[in-house]
Amino acid sequence: MRDVCAAFDEIAGLREKNAIALKVAKDRGRKVVGTYCLFSPVELIVAAGAIPVSLCGTSATPIPAAEKVLPRSLCPLIKSSYGFALTDTCPFFHFSDLLLAETTCDGKKKMYELLAQMKPLHLMQLPQVQDEAALDYWVLELKRLITRLEESFGVRITPEKLAGAVLLLNEERRSLKALQDVLKRRPAPISGIDLLTVLHNRGFTVDKREAIELIDRLTTELTELSDQGVSPFSDRTPRILLTGVPVGIGSEKVVRLVEELGGSVACFESCGGYKKVDPVLPGNDLLRSIAEKYLRVPCSCMSPNTGRLQLLEKLVREFDADGVIDLTWQGCHTYNVESFSVKRHLQETVQVPFLQIETDYSESDTEQLKVRIEAFLEVIGTRRGGRP
Amino acid sequence: MVAAGIDIGSTGTKAVIFDGEIRASVVVPTGWDPKAAGLEAFRQALDCAGLAEGDVGSIVGTGYGRVSLPIFDRKVTEITCHARGAHFLYPETRSVIDIGGQDSKVISVDEQGRVAEFAMNDKCAAGTGRFLQVMAGVLDVSLEQLGQLAVGATPARISSMCAVFAESEVIGLLARGTDKGSIAAGIFHSIAGRIQGLAGKVTLSHRVTFSGGVALNRELCRAIGASLGVDMCVPQAPQMVGALGAAIMGFEA
Repeated sequence: MRDVCAAFDEIAGLREKNAIALKVAKDRGRKVVGTYCLFSPVELIVAAGAIPVSLCGTSATPIPAAEKVLPRSLCPLIKSSYGFALTDTCPFFHFSDLLLAETTCDGKKKMYELLAQMKPLHLMQLPQVQDEAALDYWVLELKRLITRLEESFGVRITPEKLAGAVLLLNEERRSLKALQDVLKRRPAPISGIDLLTVLHNRGFTVDKREAIELIDRLTTELTELSDQGVSPFSDRTPRILLTGVPVGIGSEKVVRLVEELGGSVACFESCGGYKKVDPVLPGNDLLRSIAEKYLRVPCSCMSPNTGRLQLLEKLVREFDADGVIDLTWQGCHTYNVESFSVKRHLQETVQVPFLQIETDYSESDTEQLKVRIEAFLEVIGTRRGGRP
Repeated sequence: MVAAGIDIGSTGTKAVIFDGEIRASVVVPTGWDPKAAGLEAFRQALDCAGLAEGDVGSIVGTGYGRVSLPIFDRKVTEITCHARGAHFLYPETRSVIDIGGQDSKVISVDEQGRVAEFAMNDKCAAGTGRFLQVMAGVLDVSLEQLGQLAVGATPARISSMCAVFAESEVIGLLARGTDKGSIAAGIFHSIAGRIQGLAGKVTLSHRVTFSGGVALNRELCRAIGASLGVDMCVPQAPQMVGALGAAIMGFEA
């Protein structure tokens, strides 16, 4: 994408630039709240006048440090997140005044207990079922967060500020959806790796309006490139939908291999991808609408989690996916177990080839993964009437 | 049209010359140089078929070393190749179990020999040729002797799937005076259990072909067949199935 698309180059350099911007903002008295998960109700942070930032957790580098405390068999995402905090190598963690965390999976929950010894941490008790009683409870959890933010930062979260935050974040979701929807075109005008870079770097932005403007520019540029027939792929390139665990730069191994071996990752259903673009819907009670939006997130920590099956079915059709790869981290029980139900559901509905990959952040299984992914692309090729 | 298939595996490198029928098939050890092994297997296979390199219209490479040779017209994964090879030998095949030096795979195949779905072991060596080699090493016997030892013996319980842990478990059994035959049978049982787990991930039919070098061990074939509850077709030269599949694909292209 480099040199073809100005907005992409700007976004690719964003992570470093933002660490500096964050320091400047802090020196001017702004407060920073670090988040780990899609369940964090960012509207509340924005309404409190603080800057929400995503925290690091997608690189293998700090894992050995984390393993001094955490079990080796734990999922790499948790080990990486904890290792970054322990070694103080994530600038966004470093500048955070408060960490916001939710009780999603068991591993994260217990890791947060350890993190709370390093920095002020607010833990939200997330219900793991998506019904009315759970929503009532989750609304109370949002109110508890409001109190914490107001007391910590000496501010008032007014209904007006909250309404403004909802507008801003829905606008961000609109821009992210529009960007990803450009990849519905066959062939996609941008590789999965490049899209992932954009989605990943965007999480570290300090000024949301600026980021939205940048994403919109990228969408326009990509649409123009696509109209001119520019694409790293051909009409025949197998289009892969990636689902499963969160993935980012540093843990992009599988995305990279799929594209090196001749595929195109055209859709990310995962947390940083399409799961994120679901907006807050208008309602009489704004806080309840916000709570509803977050409780709907179809994460494997929910039981049952039928929302994910429906979302996948819809995305396979909309993105014209030739195959689905379910990426699961070793030690991530919820996604690993759920993979069986996902496979069965996709076989019964959209009948698209499915491959589960269980791996971690290391490169040690690259050769085996290559065989698996290449064979999967061969299966897709044969199904489409190519040479067996 | 004459085609060649070269399967560069982690342990053995195999070459097949095919023109509608198998004209030659050779296997050489891969050693440390997969590229040299691939060229050597190809040269021997040409000699064996009485052909020169120029007579071959298409060379297809497979196996982990497929990336290392520049002579290939096409590269295909061993998963697709084993499916094609097994289908050629036994057209009624609907499932293939392939156990090689460092991988084990269960492949389900359609009526034309195309891969429908597959499952493959993760990076660990459990249930592979490597596992068998380590175990034979601990017992200080050859792979053939390991098979003979197991005949008729009551399997000792070996619960570890990991090659490293199973090694210490076997050393423990020997220390307790368990006889080698029971341990050998126990090792086969453990591999069969691992394959059963893998087979559960795909639709397994009753028409199973067992391929890969590990299938040379008839006692292990029996143990796996019994644990899956199926009669398996085991080719005369099971380690050649991948190279055969590669040659067939070159021939048909």
